[in-house]
Amino acid sequence: MIRVQRDIFDIGEEIEALTTGRTDIGAVVSFTGLVRDINDGNDVTGLSLEHYPGMTERELAKIEKEARSRWDLQASLIIHRYGEMALGEPIVLVVTASPHRHDAFEAAHFLMDWLKTKAPFWKQEMTADGDTSWVKERESDVKAAKRWTTNA
Amino acid sequence: MKILYFAWLKTKLQMTEETISWSEDCRDTDSLVRWMKTRGPAFAEVFSDLEVVRIAVNQEYITGNTTLGKEDEIAFFPPVTGG
Repeated sequence: MIRVQRDIFDIGEEIEALTTGRTDIGAVVSFTGLVRDINDGNDVTGLSLEHYPGMTERELAKIEKEARSRWDLQASLIIHRYGEMALGEPIVLVVTASPHRHDAFEAAHFLMDWLKTKAPFWKQEMTADGDTSWVKERESDVKAAKRWTTNA
Repeated sequence: MKILYFAWLKTKLQMTEETISWSEDCRDTDSLVRWMKTRGPAFAEVFSDLEVVRIAVNQEYITGNTTLGKEDEIAFFPPVTGG
């Protein structure tokens, strides 16, 4: 399941909703990305995320489909926010459920790595002096995503 | 054709989207980019380094030069930074 939303979400509620009434799930892994107060040595006071409505949903759905074809997943969820976010708030949530932990762990890792380099979101940081700047792509993220291509 | 700009491309061009008429100048993505560079200093700057500009046609990433039609939606944006 894919959700692209402006509103904040509750991690506990989301995991519970995914697993309630299911007795076949043995493992649930979740990853949450939060707004941090420092990036590349600069103090950050807030974050704004822009995205490409339509393409975002398509890309996330493709990434989720790919994960479900590679691993034995019983349920999966990707929530990604856009708009203004305060420090400490969640930006993204990935939840995967499988009979055993290996598939859930691997799939969650994959989903985040691919999402980082494929889903059309762009972060803009606000700093204490009132400046805003677009966040640059990280080489480490590109490398992390490539790992899943060579190991496929 | 509908053209969309995101992130710093949007900021530099001071435009989120525009509609342009199909012509030979924009018959494919390579031609469209060549034409974009001729539209003034801001456009020339934005399209000067194509390593940092991604292109999507009808909400799909393209790989290589892609033929364009009048109903197509073309988006220009920097490498993504979500997650």
